[in-house]
Amino acid sequence: MSNFTVEIISPAKSILKIEAREVILPSFEGEIGILKDHIPIITFLRPGIIKILSDANQEFFVEDGTVEFLNNNLLVLTSTAQKLSDLKKENLNSIITETEKAINKDPLKDKEKYLLTYKLETLKNIIQ
Amino acid sequence: MPSLDDLKKRIKSVKSTQKITKAMKMVAAAKLRKAQENAEKGRPYSQKMQNIILNLTKSISDPENAPKLLVGTGKDKTYLCVVLTADRGLCGGFNSNICKLAKLNFKKILGEGKNLKIITVGSKGLDQIKRDYGKYIVKKFSFKEKKQISFSEADLIGKEIINLFDNEEFDICQLFYNNFKNVITQIPQAQQIIPAIKKDSSDKQEKNSTYYEFEPEEDEILEDLLPKNISTQLFKAFLENAASEQGSRMTAMDNATRNAGDLVDKLTINYNRSRQASITKELIEIISGAESL
Repeated sequence: MSNFTVEIISPAKSILKIEAREVILPSFEGEIGILKDHIPIITFLRPGIIKILSDANQEFFVEDGTVEFLNNNLLVLTSTAQKLSDLKKENLNSIITETEKAINKDPLKDKEKYLLTYKLETLKNIIQ
Repeated sequence: MPSLDDLKKRIKSVKSTQKITKAMKMVAAAKLRKAQENAEKGRPYSQKMQNIILNLTKSISDPENAPKLLVGTGKDKTYLCVVLTADRGLCGGFNSNICKLAKLNFKKILGEGKNLKIITVGSKGLDQIKRDYGKYIVKKFSFKEKKQISFSEADLIGKEIINLFDNEEFDICQLFYNNFKNVITQIPQAQQIIPAIKKDSSDKQEKNSTYYEFEPEEDEILEDLLPKNISTQLFKAFLENAASEQGSRMTAMDNATRNAGDLVDKLTINYNRSRQASITKELIEIISGAESL
């Protein structure tokens, strides 16, 4: 099995550094899956779930972030990564109502609306 | 010559001061360890962020239309200086060192006939800068109530800076903070954050260019990344500053404790001398009194 290194770093600390078989990222223009020997890529994220497939699968909820893949090293820089299993239902509900409020605010750029819609969708999916 | 009683009182008061400084040193030492850890943990993020930006700029297709945050406005007329200091004193030269460096720069900027705008973070820096450069201060922040500064505070200031930049309020932005080298050495630093690259470093970058795929286009990524980078650099500066503050306080309080110890020793010797002198004097009086009988 061919593995590569995944690193998730937040401004305060390094969240995760493991070997993985495949990583699925919610990139800004759609989900992308990354396997070993992927072409070097730089992209950024929209709200969604990062899935790390390895011996022990892990999932993270992110709101934004920057991704770089180079020499079989996947680097995710994000200030909002949270492990899916750490998220609590009560907290999620309050975030959802907040996001809904934000969407309904009047002057909203297309990009903001796009991001918020995805955030809402992802959060609702997590709850179900 | 102070009386015996006065000396006794002084020794007592110096001793209690020593106790206070010792306690402050202990507290600073405990806080330092945590702050240092945080600063070290925060370094990879800002470093890698810089790396990505560097890689991006290498492969940018037409530098003419690159985002202004990256290459600058093409002018250097107005400077924005962000001065990061602590909210508390009693930490040696920590605050004054930053302010000294900042003031030196202010002088230079004004000397060249350029405009100056200042943002201060932390109340101690504000107090020192207000005196001479009060009219240039456009914004002041203080996070006195916060126990620990998190990324959201850095983001708040970052957004403010970008806001000002978008309104073309300034051309170049500099950051002043103390870089934490080790417990006894903290180096005050000036870091330029807007524009993100310096012009003279561009020729070295050509050599090792890896071909990257971009999704979406480079410009769009840069537009997303550069504002984030500002907040990241600010946050890094915060962390370094926090560690430096505690380190500086620890050494300052250590010195104060030692000085107090020296003073107590000196006063005790004085006290003993005058005690002996008074005893000798009394003895002489008694003996001479006995002899005269």
